[in-house]
Amino acid sequence: MSLFRDQGVVLRTYRLGEADRIVVLVTEHHGKVRAVAKGVRRTASKFGARLEPLSHVALLLWQGRSELDIINQAEVIDHFKTIREDLDRVTKGFSLLEVADQLAQERHADKRLYDMLVGALRALSNVERDPLLVAPAFFMKCLVLEGAGPVLDVCASCGEPESAVELVAFDLTEGGALCRRCRRGRPISPEALALVRKILGGSLAEVLANPPPACAEEVAALATDAMEVHLDRRLRSVRSVAGL
Amino acid sequence: MYTPPLRALIDELGRLPGIGPKSAQRIAFHLLKVPIEDALRLSDAIVSVKERTTLCARCFNVAEGGELCDVCADDRREATTLCVVEDPRDIVAVERTQQFRGRYHALQGALNPLEGIGPEQLRIKELLVRIEEEGITEVILCTNPNLEGEATAMYLARLLNPFGVTVTRIASGLPVGGDLEYADELTLGRALEGRRLVEP
Ligand SMILES: [Zn+2]
Ligand SMILES: [Zn+2]
Repeated sequence: MSLFRDQGVVLRTYRLGEADRIVVLVTEHHGKVRAVAKGVRRTASKFGARLEPLSHVALLLWQGRSELDIINQAEVIDHFKTIREDLDRVTKGFSLLEVADQLAQERHADKRLYDMLVGALRALSNVERDPLLVAPAFFMKCLVLEGAGPVLDVCASCGEPESAVELVAFDLTEGGALCRRCRRGRPISPEALALVRKILGGSLAEVLANPPPACAEEVAALATDAMEVHLDRRLRSVRSVAGL
Repeated sequence: MYTPPLRALIDELGRLPGIGPKSAQRIAFHLLKVPIEDALRLSDAIVSVKERTTLCARCFNVAEGGELCDVCADDRREATTLCVVEDPRDIVAVERTQQFRGRYHALQGALNPLEGIGPEQLRIKELLVRIEEEGITEVILCTNPNLEGEATAMYLARLLNPFGVTVTRIASGLPVGGDLEYADELTLGRALEGRRLVEP
């Protein structure tokens, strides 16, 4: 039993009893944490809106014998107000939270996933920039982090290099890009393939700093598909708000 | 350890929102002790609410036996202003203010993409039909001031834009009687944004 400090992003909350909430966070040093915020639903609560989903917070937590920690103090690092107040950005924010929730493991620190999530939320909150590629880029980078990064320079099936064959399709179950002879899954344009390479090849900041190219929607759909294949489940946040 | 009927009661009580196994056990033992009339009154109340209470066909508030709800049936209510809430419980809360004279529309929830709740799962189509059919001129978006409620309000504002109705959002801010120093940044920030002129 001990007190500990950590930072985290609130993923979800559930009502508990009359006035409490269970808050699910992905933290920097303790992986996914479930903790009780006592009295948070009362209007006079000391937590107020600090523990709303999306918020990046610094916490003082009490770990007892239960699997649920108890939140002692919460301070806001960033509310990501600009995400909350824009329908387009908030729906993309939901999908970042959903994927982080699926990938983070309880009490198993994954600092890179945490840093990527915070970075993606910061990028999404920048109103100077178009938000279209933030979530797809996050999905792709998560796949690499999970050891499921797609093969992009040779045919994932026959291994022929791009110099010898044209890569025309993409299927994560096959491992990535595919040549005309091995093609399966969805077709991919040369521009989209180049964009995915840029995102995963260290040029993400540059990609996000520029207006999204014409193939951005294609890459977004491909990244969603690939993440769904990897998780073996539908991304509810993407599917349920399609068309918002 | 328990008799089968007692076990069944504890299990059923434990399914209720906000009631954990310990509370379920405590309530079950309490019910064991009460006179049979009290227990029957409770069970009758549960059965009759299930048999006689439905959702209002127009606004999805609670109503009695397939009729319109009390608010919809009351023709003294302003017919052109709609207050959109997530849940019939919120109608009770707004009614308690005695400040609203229009009618309601209960969406039956809020957009919650993480739980798979999209526009299709809410009574949004029905809302749009009402705007045209009832000649609504103002819609007050009274969803909860949390992430899901705000997203729902933004979505509805976008959908309602082409109808040419006035769309307003309830202000969010500090609880009356609260202390400023304990207010969180988001709430206090909203309260600042929603400031208004003070009449001299
Ligand atoms: Zn091949
Ligand atoms: Zn009604």
